[in-house]
Amino acid sequence: MNVTRGFTGRPRVRNDGLPPGQYDAGDDWPVLSAEVTPDLAPEEWTFTVDGLVAEPRTWTWDEAHALPPSAYEGDIHCVTSWSKFGVRFGGVSLDAFLDTVRPAPEATHVVAFSHTGYTANLPLADLTGGRAWIVWEYGDGPLPAEHGGPARLIVPHLYFWKSVKWIAGLRFLDHDEPGFWEQNGYHHRGNPWEEQRYSGD
Amino acid sequence: MTETTLSATDSTPSAGFTPPTRFAVPGRISVNNLTAATWQRATLTDVRRETPHAATFRFAVPDWEGHLPGQHLMLRLRAEDGYVAQRHYSIASPPDDTGHIELTLDHVDGGEVSGWFHTVAKPGDEVEVRGPLSGFFAWPGDRPALLVGAGSGVVPLMSMVRHHRARGLSLPLRLLVSARSPEELIYASEYGAETTPVFTRTAPEGVPVGRVSAAHVAALLADRPEGGWEAYVCGSNGFAEHASRLLVDAGQPVDRIRIERFG
Repeated sequence: MNVTRGFTGRPRVRNDGLPPGQYDAGDDWPVLSAEVTPDLAPEEWTFTVDGLVAEPRTWTWDEAHALPPSAYEGDIHCVTSWSKFGVRFGGVSLDAFLDTVRPAPEATHVVAFSHTGYTANLPLADLTGGRAWIVWEYGDGPLPAEHGGPARLIVPHLYFWKSVKWIAGLRFLDHDEPGFWEQNGYHHRGNPWEEQRYSGD
Repeated sequence: MTETTLSATDSTPSAGFTPPTRFAVPGRISVNNLTAATWQRATLTDVRRETPHAATFRFAVPDWEGHLPGQHLMLRLRAEDGYVAQRHYSIASPPDDTGHIELTLDHVDGGEVSGWFHTVAKPGDEVEVRGPLSGFFAWPGDRPALLVGAGSGVVPLMSMVRHHRARGLSLPLRLLVSARSPEELIYASEYGAETTPVFTRTAPEGVPVGRVSAAHVAALLADRPEGGWEAYVCGSNGFAEHASRLLVDAGQPVDRIRIERFG
């Protein structure tokens, strides 16, 4: 690619935490959602794990909160090019839910879906081993509705469209099934470090 | 422009899992992924001032395969030290502007890309683009469209209005556009009977000042076409939240509202 005449970019320090093509959004946290933000009260929220699992199960708000707490502190990366450093999400590690339902050996992929009907596909391997959470806190407060509150999935090592807002459940499958943005041209996996933004990357 | 790009389907075929809920509006088109994955050279040919803070940048992109009104692209600039900045921008021009695309950019305070465009760029400069991207916030001209935008959120909606005109489409299209003042109203000279402008700070003599209201939305929804409206909302997140709430409260189905927000 050629140099753009007269373009210097903003003053910057080298930041090894920034994946290729990303910029630091600083204090901003843009809202990127194609949907109307739902009015979903905590007492209406449920989280269901089914499909290829030994014991399908639905958790209520209180039941989910009774699981051992776990927090993610680190960075997040949106496919629209912003990254946000040093955020804290509080909730429960997804492993705690999966220990109960026990995914079947043939399960390879998951469709994560929201209470609104949004979907995202994920390889099972991206959700286990302390790499994914169901969260209801951002910083020291409750997760705002426009950012997915009362509860959302976060999978911070992938682009953030995989971190389904208003999470309703996970369905375990023996094949990969593209979700909402993946059907609209986004990459099936979405690893920011390999810049897997769009189908074909 | 190829016919395959324009031939919209009502739903993306998906035999698989469908969540037991309402949204999940299917994609409108199959994005041509191979095209969208390729960076292309775009040559700036013209700059038109729209408002004190916004200008339209016209590019020649010889290999552009077309887009649907409402789609966006990714644009990148490279500094001499190899630093790359890339941003998403909505496409303002209609699909039939063969070999050319137009972007309308606000001059964002401290914006490194918009700053370059507004203070450095001149005809002859080259940038790179890839796209079109995302078939969701796209209107192929197949359904009555209710467009609600604020500020530069009107950009993808204007592509729809221009497409409607260029093709002489007869199906209903309405635009509700909010701006701070008449001077800040992007594309002011292009609007016709389909458009209702709303001014939040200063308005012309005799026009009330205020934000988009339930009354505005009710007036548009009262005029319900057969099959109902497909609503497209674009603007800042605050505006998108406000406008989408008004639409829902006025009876527009949640699954017939498509939103594009910017930070």
